[in-house]
Amino acid sequence: MGDTSVTETFYEVLRRQGITRRSFLKFCSLTATSLGLGSAAAPRIAQALETKPRTPVIWLHGLECTCCSESFIRSAHPLTKDVVLSMLSLDYDDTLMAAAGHQAEAIIEEVKKKYKGNYIVAVEGNPPLNEDGMFCIHGGRPFVEVLKETCADAKAVISWGACASYGCVQAAKPNPTRATPVHKVISGKPIINVPGCPPIAEVMTGVVTYMLTFDRIPELDRQGRPKMFYGQRIHDKCYRRGHFDAGQFVENWDDEGARKGYCLYKMGCKGPTTYNACSSMRWNGGVSWPVQSGHGCIGCSEEGFWDKGSFYDRVTDIKAFGVEGNADAIGKAAAGTVGAAIAAHAAVTALVRARQKAGETEEQKGEK
Amino acid sequence: MLSQQDMLEAEQRGRQVRSIYVYEAPVRLWHWINALAMVVLAVTGYFIGTPLPTQPGEAATHFLMGYIRFAHFAAAYIFAVGLLGRIYWAFVGNRHARQIFMLPITNKHWWSEVFFEVRWYLFLEKHPKKYVGHNPMAQLMMFFFFTILAVGMVFTGFAIYSEGAGLGSWQDSLFGWVIPALGGSMQVHNLHRLGMWIMMTFAIVHIYAAIREDIMSRQSLISTMISGWRMFKD
Repeated sequence: MGDTSVTETFYEVLRRQGITRRSFLKFCSLTATSLGLGSAAAPRIAQALETKPRTPVIWLHGLECTCCSESFIRSAHPLTKDVVLSMLSLDYDDTLMAAAGHQAEAIIEEVKKKYKGNYIVAVEGNPPLNEDGMFCIHGGRPFVEVLKETCADAKAVISWGACASYGCVQAAKPNPTRATPVHKVISGKPIINVPGCPPIAEVMTGVVTYMLTFDRIPELDRQGRPKMFYGQRIHDKCYRRGHFDAGQFVENWDDEGARKGYCLYKMGCKGPTTYNACSSMRWNGGVSWPVQSGHGCIGCSEEGFWDKGSFYDRVTDIKAFGVEGNADAIGKAAAGTVGAAIAAHAAVTALVRARQKAGETEEQKGEK
Repeated sequence: MLSQQDMLEAEQRGRQVRSIYVYEAPVRLWHWINALAMVVLAVTGYFIGTPLPTQPGEAATHFLMGYIRFAHFAAAYIFAVGLLGRIYWAFVGNRHARQIFMLPITNKHWWSEVFFEVRWYLFLEKHPKKYVGHNPMAQLMMFFFFTILAVGMVFTGFAIYSEGAGLGSWQDSLFGWVIPALGGSMQVHNLHRLGMWIMMTFAIVHIYAAIREDIMSRQSLISTMISGWRMFKD
């Protein structure tokens, strides 16, 4: 941190940290592959890292649990934990930095001045807006103010995790502090949503590496998520998909199907409605991921996943119109009520008709 | 048309029998194809959300969910294409073909007839009115619980389908926006299933009303959707 970061390139930092050129090139090709760019992009990544000065990153923490940071520093990519952090030129991160207090806060000002329009703000957590933002205080001021000021001169903003992207648990109903996702507070800046609670470590480092090496933001989908990691659902790449198509499901947590690794759809797996890279990249350096360990996906990278009913139902509760019940309960009740009403209506119709007929025959008799 | 025996009987009872051509062939054909598609969609859709009991044996020897989903998607395409064809026919067909797409809400007389029909169904009117097309209340129901809902089901349905078809597919380009607009994939799945139940409830009411009015209103309804002719019995 400080003056050296202006001129130093990533490569120089790597070499200074004792990384050999061989493992540097390995890192480049691994990164190219994990970004889905193919081997041709590896030399381009290498060249960018060798020539480009590092882009400073300010990492802010709002209302959050630091699980994103915890995930990030555990990136199993061989070089990440030693290098990507320094490669980032992470000039400010109050959780990780040594400086504290006024000294630390001064860095934000310094970066803002020195790299105006040329630094990245990574936001972990979100700002609460109720009570003028007093539910989250950063250096003696409401976090929302710090966030707005810091983002004002940024090149781009990264929203880490479900908190910054969608609001997560602190924004779950009734959301007492009015915790608000970053993209609803900041405007006029490119914002990259990287949802998940937390996001996969390699996804986080992948996004950062892409932005730093190519000097542009990755291609985003409608919800502002990088397509390369959030372009498909868990379900689309799930290794248990074969059991889903065959109609083989876990019906209980301790049944034969659970032991055989059948599809967890009936146990409420949210894989078919969740966009993330878990089923292809997996977690903890590719060791495992939720479905592999026998539990369904809870859909943590989807908007408002705390308010989307139980984690253990497929046809799950809808909280709308002041009633709570799932589509099947509401539908069956409605169809049943209407069915009964029709039966009653038909009975009354028959009765009225019989009476009318009786009346008609009386009339006819009278005419004769 | 009436059989000779019926004509004879009608003459004997001194009643006039008249008939009007209401539903043109494409409308009738669409009605029955659409009805069949709806049955397939509802049954397969029900089992997609709450699947059948687990299949025994190896996964490689089964493809149950695959077949159910295939039937659902195939029927969905027929439903959607049918709806498009039906919308086209609303432009080129006779005026009855437009009824389920437009409500004459500024017409006071129409509203009075809606309330007349409400009273008729509440047994407050002794004698039914006859209509060449839908009765006004049926038209109202048809508009909200079929036309609007069917369009909603097509939009949510293709949005869900686009998730499998993938980013950049035409389903995604046309309908992918529905998912964030309605608050996420899970919400769209839920609403699509709720829509199925509303559609089925509508179908129950529709079938009951058709049979009841066929008997009570002394005009043909069910055979009209087969032959196209509305017959008035007195």
